[in-house]
Amino acid sequence: MKFRDLSDLAFRNLREAVLRNSLTTLGVAVGVASLVAMLSLGVGLQQLATSRLAKSGLFDSIFVTPKTNLRGPGSGPPATRAPAPKARPLDADARAEISRMPNVIEVYPQIRFFTEVRYDGKPFATMVAGMPESSKASGAFDGMQGSFFSSPNADEAILQAEFAKELNPQTASLIGKDLVLRYAERQSLPGQGGDPGENSGGFSVVPKEKHLRIIGVVETEPASGFGGFGSGRLLIPLPLAETLRAAQVNDLRDILRDSSSDKPTYSSLTVRVKSPSLVEATEAKLKDLGFSAFSLLDASKSLRIFFSVFDLLLGIFGSLALAVATLGIINTLVMAILERRREIGVLKALGAADGDVKQLFFVEAGVMGLFGGMLGTLLGWLIGRSLTLGTNLYLHRQNLPGVDISSVPWWLVLGGIGFAVLVSLAAGLYPASRAARLDPVQALRYE
Amino acid sequence: MTELPPAIRLQSVSRHYIMGESVIRAVNDVSLMVPTGEFLALLGSSGSGKSTLLNLIAGLDRPSSGSVIANGQDLSKMSSLELARYRRQTVGMVFQSFNLLPRMTLEENVELPLRLAEVDRSERAARVREALLRVGLEKRIGHRPSELSGGEQQRTAIARALVNRPKILLADEPTGNLDSATGESILTLLREIQKNPGMTIVMVTHERTLAERFADRLAVMGDGKLLSNGAAR
Repeated sequence: MKFRDLSDLAFRNLREAVLRNSLTTLGVAVGVASLVAMLSLGVGLQQLATSRLAKSGLFDSIFVTPKTNLRGPGSGPPATRAPAPKARPLDADARAEISRMPNVIEVYPQIRFFTEVRYDGKPFATMVAGMPESSKASGAFDGMQGSFFSSPNADEAILQAEFAKELNPQTASLIGKDLVLRYAERQSLPGQGGDPGENSGGFSVVPKEKHLRIIGVVETEPASGFGGFGSGRLLIPLPLAETLRAAQVNDLRDILRDSSSDKPTYSSLTVRVKSPSLVEATEAKLKDLGFSAFSLLDASKSLRIFFSVFDLLLGIFGSLALAVATLGIINTLVMAILERRREIGVLKALGAADGDVKQLFFVEAGVMGLFGGMLGTLLGWLIGRSLTLGTNLYLHRQNLPGVDISSVPWWLVLGGIGFAVLVSLAAGLYPASRAARLDPVQALRYE
Repeated sequence: MTELPPAIRLQSVSRHYIMGESVIRAVNDVSLMVPTGEFLALLGSSGSGKSTLLNLIAGLDRPSSGSVIANGQDLSKMSSLELARYRRQTVGMVFQSFNLLPRMTLEENVELPLRLAEVDRSERAARVREALLRVGLEKRIGHRPSELSGGEQQRTAIARALVNRPKILLADEPTGNLDSATGESILTLLREIQKNPGMTIVMVTHERTLAERFADRLAVMGDGKLLSNGAAR
């Protein structure tokens, strides 16, 4: 029988027992909805995590350090080591060279230094961190009290919430107030020959003060602590931090290395590239330039593996309802065989082959699967949206920014419908072959 | 003038059923020949094996032994797919209880064999109309079986059996559910159909009087055996 005739007959048969077939289709829809809702949560959470991490800049960033920095304590005492070739300093020239590399969009040093903050006449020891302009988009400043820096050189500070509470438990009242930053400025010493142009490689430390206005309070520093010395609790614009020339932990090490350059050197530079896919190639080029470089791509891969397993588990749990729905399809079709026994006999007497009868039941199962799949995918999407809505209502009450925790991409729509049709066809296998095997003589005698 | 080959030839046909430890011989060593164009009535009491024999000729059942040759084809050697094609193309069947599909209109019921035979859609409407015209029901084309009398339903069943232009028409007690006047009109219709050159009819009935009036030949069965076989008039 031609497919069009087959589907005509199948639709006619389905309409005959419209209530029972609708309920069976609804069962399939509920199964698919549960599957799609579960997977939409998995996909949504994965997208949320990935986008948050991407915004944090961790996965499109490469952390560059001078090669000697990687020599760890396990390398043995210096006397037993072969003399290392002189390492290339990570200085302003190197920074400029890296900035010119293809696909590099930003190169900035990690500036962190210990300081004493004076606020309301009281001293507070803390760590200052310079924030690049790009960190505004990292997501860490979403929902902050106050605002981000008005300009890259503004004399402004954003306080980390815990530190802000030390200054004043009413953190909101800090915004707009001034504080004084007391820090040690590094000043290069002239060479021992007395020539002002000659650099001795040493420096003096001069106490300085900087007045800053508090413009915001944030929960955490973005990408805090990576490659540094702990979280910054007082955040200032990075260009401002660079102009302060505050003495940092690595400065002493630079003197011991007998650096003859009077250009600023950096303990590490963060190199951001256009996309995570360019990290690996850029990392290799940086190593070729004579620096140590590493990235968090491996962590990203682990994240993908984690979410694949997570999705798989969600899919298995979601499929349980669909498994129950397949029993409904089998039951409906077996009932249909009993009711339409005589009709099957008539069809066979009129010349229907076993295959025609089998295909007829297959199409009926497939149609229920198709409609159940379409309805179920819609329901699953609605469940996902409801969960997102509920979550956002909760987050809103907690004064937190909203998130999208569910996502139904096209592959999930098509996959949900396709899976429902496949499962329904599989459920139709037994009834279809049972109908096809019916003895026409017995079927025609059936009352 | 060359003699036409027989439409149906049964050679020592038996059909046995095993029920527990006993063997039921529904058809027992029956040999019979039906010439092309003949109207044969198979008579016999209930359980005599006449319907089983008709099912064997229809290709709905297979003999336990012997051979059933219809239209030159040995049905016992056919695969189930070939038997289905044989039922579509060579035979048409009419049943005692009409066996029309109640949810379909007359047109759809009659069209069903055309769908199974994969006849082109553009041809179907004309073929259905022609078949219904032949049984005098062309004006009831959009009605459902429940809206028709028993006689009209049987006429529809005959139209459905004829729509694929079969060479053999098999009727199993076609008047069994009808009053005598209607039954007579159905047999008159069958007789008219038989006038078509080459159309062979085998009818199972237990109404001897009607069979004698309308059939060319009577074959009487009893206990699965062919008891007599001779001209009706």
